[in-house]
Amino acid sequence: MKSDILKIANKKFKSRLIVGTGKYKSMKECANAIKISGAEIVTVAVRRVNILDRSKPLLMDYIDPKKIMYLPNTAGCFTSKDALRTLRLAREIGGWKIVKLEVLGDKKNLFPDMIETLKSTEILTKEGFKVMVYCNDDPLMCKRLENSGASAIMPLAAPIGSGLGILNKTNIKILRHQTKIPLIIDAGIGQASDAVEAMEMGCDAVLINTAIAKAKKPFQMAEAMKYAVISGRKSFLSGRITPNFQGSPSTTKKGLI
Amino acid sequence: MNKKNKIKIVVNGKLLTVNLKFSLKNLIEKLKTPINKIAIELNEEIVDKKKLNKIFLKNKDKIEIVHFIGGG
Repeated sequence: MKSDILKIANKKFKSRLIVGTGKYKSMKECANAIKISGAEIVTVAVRRVNILDRSKPLLMDYIDPKKIMYLPNTAGCFTSKDALRTLRLAREIGGWKIVKLEVLGDKKNLFPDMIETLKSTEILTKEGFKVMVYCNDDPLMCKRLENSGASAIMPLAAPIGSGLGILNKTNIKILRHQTKIPLIIDAGIGQASDAVEAMEMGCDAVLINTAIAKAKKPFQMAEAMKYAVISGRKSFLSGRITPNFQGSPSTTKKGLI
Repeated sequence: MNKKNKIKIVVNGKLLTVNLKFSLKNLIEKLKTPINKIAIELNEEIVDKKKLNKIFLKNKDKIEIVHFIGGG
């Protein structure tokens, strides 16, 4: 196979699996899972430094941002104002321009607030950020995000952390058809077959956190997801056969006794 | 302790008492936070990390110091 490179905001990646760094038992476990997954991009969150307990380990001590690209995320933000504040701070930490925008609208199902998301995308793009946007799988809103300068469209497969897999396959297919920038499935992946499915539908990458971090064996699941993404991608690029409701023998009749 | 020479500031939601003419640089040094791994906000304005020694804190200043943690 020719080299198959994922390009986001002019940066090139070999791996099409992006992983989250939340919900692990320890930073050591997190770092090891990332290594096994082969991911070159990890999402990270911005939070207050614990000023009372300075002995706590720092994420950067375990995952080197020079080797793995940090994708600062606005996890937990419910307004455009909070999301903008978070990402401006993230940029200040070390010059991060490629960011993940996530503006939530509902505390229970964690669906994104698309009005606030669109508003934030427009502002961040004007400020020079390269915005990868967590969004709903609505083709119209996704088009508006793309038109407003987003660097990647990241529709949910299902609610964050739900592990339900791709709920609306038709919408994802429509999105694949209309989206000219990277299309990345973000949230809702539960098992390896979900990741294969997303890649076989032509998505450019998948972003997974809970399915790996909360699996009984996170390292084994990280490996499973790595190969699922590779497998799904190769399957997509290979050009599948046309589904046929008639049987078609695999062996010629010629020479049949 | 002479209270006139002290100011009260709020750092990450915690009340701290520091000396007058206490700079942001002094604060970061006091907290022993690695400067290249954090970002600082003073009264909701992002602070240029190169200018920390020139910024002196005032009474009731609110400072936020953030870093990256694991997240999805």
